[in-house]
Amino acid sequence: MELRRCGTDAVLVEVDSLDEVEAVRAAVAAAGSPDVVELVPAARTVLIVAKPGALPSIRKILATASLVHQPEAVSAEVVIPVRYDGPDLDLVADTAGLTPAEVVELHTGAAYRVAFCGFAPGFAYLTGLPEPLRQPRLPSPRTRVPAGSVAVAGEFTAAYPRATPGGWRLIGRTDAPLFDPRRPTPALLAPGHRVRFEATP
Amino acid sequence: MTHHPVSPTFRTRESYVQNPRIQRSRTLTVLSTGPQTLIQDLGRPGNAHLGVPPSGAVDRPSLKLANRLVGNPEDAAGLEVLLGGLSLRANASCTIAVTGPATPTSVDGVLRDSPTHLAPGETLTLGTPSGGLRSYVAVSGGITVPAELGSRSTDLLSGLGPAPLRPDDELPLGDPTGVPVGVDVLVPVQAPDELVVPVFLGPRDDWFHDPARQLRAGRWTVSDRSNRVGIRLTGTSLDRVARRVAAELPSEGLVTGAVQVPADGRPVVFLADHPTTGGYPVIGVVPEHHLPLLGQAAPGTPLRFAPQA
Repeated sequence: MELRRCGTDAVLVEVDSLDEVEAVRAAVAAAGSPDVVELVPAARTVLIVAKPGALPSIRKILATASLVHQPEAVSAEVVIPVRYDGPDLDLVADTAGLTPAEVVELHTGAAYRVAFCGFAPGFAYLTGLPEPLRQPRLPSPRTRVPAGSVAVAGEFTAAYPRATPGGWRLIGRTDAPLFDPRRPTPALLAPGHRVRFEATP
Repeated sequence: MTHHPVSPTFRTRESYVQNPRIQRSRTLTVLSTGPQTLIQDLGRPGNAHLGVPPSGAVDRPSLKLANRLVGNPEDAAGLEVLLGGLSLRANASCTIAVTGPATPTSVDGVLRDSPTHLAPGETLTLGTPSGGLRSYVAVSGGITVPAELGSRSTDLLSGLGPAPLRPDDELPLGDPTGVPVGVDVLVPVQAPDELVVPVFLGPRDDWFHDPARQLRAGRWTVSDRSNRVGIRLTGTSLDRVARRVAAELPSEGLVTGAVQVPADGRPVVFLADHPTTGGYPVIGVVPEHHLPLLGQAAPGTPLRFAPQA
């Protein structure tokens, strides 16, 4: 774990894997410190923004954080219903050497975790994607991916909370309320959440 | 979640009792907006882990001052007016304050010092500011459009919050909760002719060859492609160390004030509507209290960095 200075009131924690990112994020979240303003996991880092002058207390929490032993997951499992009729489903099946039905079976059979969010409000990068579905992005991104699209790219799968440009391979779509800024809990998925997909007709 | 946004707790005095006879529809009607007028409060920090930028007023001290002047809590929603041209009609009695750069302010065509009172039917007009880009208007009671993630701020990057104002918009006002603060003369914000911006090195200063020297020696100007997301700079290109020239950085969290260096080497200083994560190295971070002046600096303003140990 390497701590990198990020201005006067933040620190960027750099680690070696998504699992270590989750361990750091979960340890800081579990400490429940009122000094934490932002706690932002990413691919190999966790950004922690503290209240002015409170960085020393954050460093204390980090000093006792274990990269190996993750605190128990406290979140319930979120189940996202998906109609697997995406425009790239056949491409993903061909690339994997599978039938579309086998792709659906693999995608619904895996247990995922929200590694981090970014790109757009409520856009969650889910890890746990089975190896055959880990595939490159499209050679040229679509200018508009419809809201609710369920997609794969690299080691991640995700559902688009709103229509945006995007280069991921689209395998299905969901009506799940992924992000609604007027709700008390606006984002369906937040870092650390466990997620499963379920096929609907 | 176990962490919370910083919410300033600014207690006001006892409730300000209004004369019921002048209690009409507590709204303002937008007549014209100038180039861009946005509703802003102190934003929605604490949501970056959901991909939600902090947003809020770029020149926070000016919005807070305007709110104090009209008796509002500092975090009430007001207006951020880019380059003047705003015109509003009051549909109820209210107190307004205009802060930020020196901005000619008139009521029904007559110049008036701010803060001032508006009677129902009176029209407030802002001329072109001098010494800065963004004026702030606070109204007693604050603007009470629905909040999203705890804030009424318009976020131009993610599209959260109310749309930019347009003529004929009706802005709802809350009930005044405090007493306006009397003041004779307001000191306007004045962006300097040349910005000298302190920057703390890190988190990715090690991606650059002699980063402190490069930052100290470089010369930049504020680009006209700057906005609430960030100040883009034209000028010196910052060189990476040889082994990082073609390297890719996995996306990582960004703070407000981060000086990110894209592939072309020309830095961007992130402001309120910055993306929550980015995939280019951040060479250093500008302390928060230097950001308001950056947000007020006109395109073409010369800029130097002063790296701090």
